[in-house]
Amino acid sequence: MTYKLHFADLLPYWDLLLKGLVFTILLTIVSTVAGIALGTLGASARSFGPRWLDRLTGAYVEVIRNTPFIVQLFFIFFGLPAAGIKLNETTAAVLAMTVNLGAYSTEIIRAGIQAVPKGHIEAGVSLAMSRLQVLRYVVLKQAFEKIYPALSSQIVIVMLGSAVVSQISAEDLTYAANFIQSRNFRAFEVYLVVAGLYLLLAIVTRAALRGIGRLVFRGPGR
Amino acid sequence: MSDFSFWVILSNLLLATRWTVALSLVAFASGGLVGLALLFARVSRIGWLEWTTKIYVEFFQGTPLLMQLFLFFFGVALFGIEVSPWLAAWLALTFWTSAFLTEIWRGCVEAIPKGQWEAADTLAMSYMQQMRYVILPQAFRIAIPPTVGFSVQVVKGTALASIIGFVDLTKAGTMLNNATFRPFLVYSLVALIYFALCFPLSWFAHRLERTSNVAR
Repeated sequence: MTYKLHFADLLPYWDLLLKGLVFTILLTIVSTVAGIALGTLGASARSFGPRWLDRLTGAYVEVIRNTPFIVQLFFIFFGLPAAGIKLNETTAAVLAMTVNLGAYSTEIIRAGIQAVPKGHIEAGVSLAMSRLQVLRYVVLKQAFEKIYPALSSQIVIVMLGSAVVSQISAEDLTYAANFIQSRNFRAFEVYLVVAGLYLLLAIVTRAALRGIGRLVFRGPGR
Repeated sequence: MSDFSFWVILSNLLLATRWTVALSLVAFASGGLVGLALLFARVSRIGWLEWTTKIYVEFFQGTPLLMQLFLFFFGVALFGIEVSPWLAAWLALTFWTSAFLTEIWRGCVEAIPKGQWEAADTLAMSYMQQMRYVILPQAFRIAIPPTVGFSVQVVKGTALASIIGFVDLTKAGTMLNNATFRPFLVYSLVALIYFALCFPLSWFAHRLERTSNVAR
């Protein structure tokens, strides 16, 4: 191998990489919050809703889990405008990631809900709590605590999957990498550095989620 | 304006599906082989070997598959070897699959009770004999459901090969969309075909999971 790696050629573009990194982080945060909210609704619907709602949510989960994220993204970005719903790249990216995480987290949270003993729900009801109160303080609280690790790894998977949104020109970290390599032709160097950034981001995300989990679930006043 | 009927679109998508299936099968098979080799390294009880495998798994699980595809596509070319999208996609998916399977299978090996190792030890079995006759046959049984489940991820993962120019189902969808300007129809069909490929696998994995729980 006679090729020498030229990492110095990346230096003029550091601000683009930073911008992309920030975009990827924001994208992940927004779609994580929205996706988990959607998943909580979905899991509640599947566990406590009427039968038709359970079926409908189940179909949504299966469709999303059994098709590639990139196809979901293309469908939302290219397909929906044909049906009259026009979205810009960022909105389409957020929507696709939310819908994707929503399906996975529905299943994860549902597993947590199923693990809550029936006696706890009955105890809540006998304390004259309303159905919503039981859901909020008895069921979901315990469910989330149980499934938090699984949810955390799903969030990291969604973060890594977000690299695909560069394909609809949402300006994330991968988009920055594609742009830079089209300018300086140092493709391997750029992708190696960006892969390293993603790895770092995955490690930091995991650590941050662990910290948040400790704060939320083992905090004082419990 | 070219005239693409529904059937022309569908038949072209189905033709491209062959390549999605082929890449999935090949990547899963080679990824499984590499993964098995790595599994031995991962549970070898040899410090540096376990560490290297750990770092390998961490890299391929902690970076986007898309980055790995780009790295293989542009990286192998640095050695002066002409890389086809097919070769790059196969390589990247093999490494990616092997990392996940190693990690899944490691969990299965570690789920075997310590007493099994100790019993095999007292029977004066060597490490390899212990693995071959005691640990792996038991680990194999619990490994089947999650392995089948992961195959769904491999099929979906092949969709990314379209980005480096591999003409699979997703790429065919993009090309047909460019030719017909009917994105809603084209991507619905693409999603439907992926669903038809993946759902039986998911369903089968789920069923295996339930039946093996009963057996235990």
